[in-house]
Amino acid sequence: MGEPFYDPAAMSEPLFTAEEQQRFDAGIAELLTHYPTDRKSAAMLPALRHLQSIKGWCPPEGMKQVAEKLETTVAHCYEVATFYVMFHTEKPGKYVIDVCTNLSCSLRGAEGLLGYLEQKLNTHAGTNGEKVFLRETECLASCGTAPCLQINEDHHENLTREKVDRLLEKLT
Amino acid sequence: MSVLTEKVMTRDWGKPGQPTLKGYKERGGYQQLKRVLDTLQPAQVTDEVKKSNLRGRGGAGFPTGLKWSFVPPLEKNNKPRYLAINADESEPGTAKDRYILELDPHLLLEGIAIACYALGAHACYIYSRGEFKFPSSVLDAAIAEAYADGVFGKKLMGKDFELNVYQVRGAGAYICGEETALLESLEGKKGWPRLKPPFPAVVGLFGCPTVVNNVETIASLPRIFEKGADWFSKLGAAKSGGTRLVTLSGSVLKPGTYEVSMDTSMRELIFDKEYGGGLPEGRSVKAVIPGGSSAPVLTADELEVKLEFDAFKPLHSMAGSGGVIVIDDATCIVRSIWRVARFYAEESCGQCTPCREGQPWMARLIRKIEEGRGELADLDTLMNVAQAIAPWPPIGLGNTICALGDAGALPVQSFVQKFRKEFEDHITRKGCPYGDKPWGAYGEFK
Repeated sequence: MGEPFYDPAAMSEPLFTAEEQQRFDAGIAELLTHYPTDRKSAAMLPALRHLQSIKGWCPPEGMKQVAEKLETTVAHCYEVATFYVMFHTEKPGKYVIDVCTNLSCSLRGAEGLLGYLEQKLNTHAGTNGEKVFLRETECLASCGTAPCLQINEDHHENLTREKVDRLLEKLT
Repeated sequence: MSVLTEKVMTRDWGKPGQPTLKGYKERGGYQQLKRVLDTLQPAQVTDEVKKSNLRGRGGAGFPTGLKWSFVPPLEKNNKPRYLAINADESEPGTAKDRYILELDPHLLLEGIAIACYALGAHACYIYSRGEFKFPSSVLDAAIAEAYADGVFGKKLMGKDFELNVYQVRGAGAYICGEETALLESLEGKKGWPRLKPPFPAVVGLFGCPTVVNNVETIASLPRIFEKGADWFSKLGAAKSGGTRLVTLSGSVLKPGTYEVSMDTSMRELIFDKEYGGGLPEGRSVKAVIPGGSSAPVLTADELEVKLEFDAFKPLHSMAGSGGVIVIDDATCIVRSIWRVARFYAEESCGQCTPCREGQPWMARLIRKIEEGRGELADLDTLMNVAQAIAPWPPIGLGNTICALGDAGALPVQSFVQKFRKEFEDHITRKGCPYGDKPWGAYGEFK
């Protein structure tokens, strides 16, 4: 964690545009209909996902709003957001690339795939850059169609150098 | 050679329009639900499921009907009942539930409706893997169709029984596949497993009686009611009804997800032309992980085992989630178990000390040996750490609240016991005998 969680300067800037605010409010209101009325905080995972779909990550001010709507604490939001790897509590690069290096994929070349990506993208796995955040991830249920990766959650499998080259060309 | 006499789960996969309500109904979809609602009382539905010998496909193989019968009667506990579907498929080596969501989502939804009717549950939450963007989108579309068609909603197919079905996506935590962690996550918390008892059937979601079942388990229900519990029971082995989906991965010619009869042997799965088609020319089997990476490893001498839930017990392993990973003779065993150990180290939720501290410790020791920095004493330390998490041979549950402790510790112990010489070779040679090519027949990225 680079920045302190509560950064007063960051908190004073408006988080959402008017349109985003409307989308955020409507989405949370819909999610809350899925749970008993006395269990609003149960909507935490979908609510954080919704926030992230709008802002690209879970900024502190956004989590504050989630906490208010779900009638819980900001600490609860932060606890959940940091427990699950898919929530970004720091702004990620434009493209988050998750490469499975678990056993089934490694038996089909995943370590080589990761090395190839590191070389092509001139980065190291685990480094968050402005354009690309390359990560090793765990089994993505492509064991019979290995190796695989996800780019911003879009799934690609049966990968070859040729396929990877084509995918990388699309990253602008 | 045992053959699959008829396809059960995969029967309609890939047929035109199958993922849509229209395509599903063209092949008789939702007729079993209708018949169940019209002709059976909820208790009779549970009895049929018991008779079918359906067992949980998520890993533990627990009898489904029996699990349902643990839900207390309304007279004793009048809280709402819930059904939670475990679609958090994340056991390394396993890719089956994903295909049910992608290729036949209404089969799952029809199963859910039948189960909810039997359980008296008016809400079902499908907890799907956070990384499953595409499968989740197919499922969401199917749920919306089922509402629009009057299957779900205020009246379940016209019957005076309200049923709401929601999909909740996880966010990248293996532990949430454990049923009580899944419930915590559904309640909006981090996925820390709960102490049992009380079991979820009595105190589950929001403190209410809850049944947690795997996708493949519930998707079996429409077939059971179409062809009968006896038929389903006879398809399988003595105490396990039906067929199984298995995912074959690693060093085989034809990796993929296959539906197999329970009396298929591991050898047939790997070598038969219908399935894996064997290994590439010149390679042989060194080791097989039979049921997802938490299942203790088998050697090449143990391949006659049948792919049936109870058959793995004498080998101290398990059928688990059906993830079969084949490791060939040109693959480094130490590197292989390092990948597995690293996974459990990463995914330990941090609640219990033996697992939180032990899994990363094991991963570091294995890495040290793989890199040629190990000493013989490290092997003893490794086994001691593993024993402290879960003793070998497996006794059911080790020293942690949930089975993730066992899931990480038992494979390590099985690898060291069955392939000790390869660990020792790394130590005496001060390096990996496979050099920079540890991954066998298909290990090179091309």
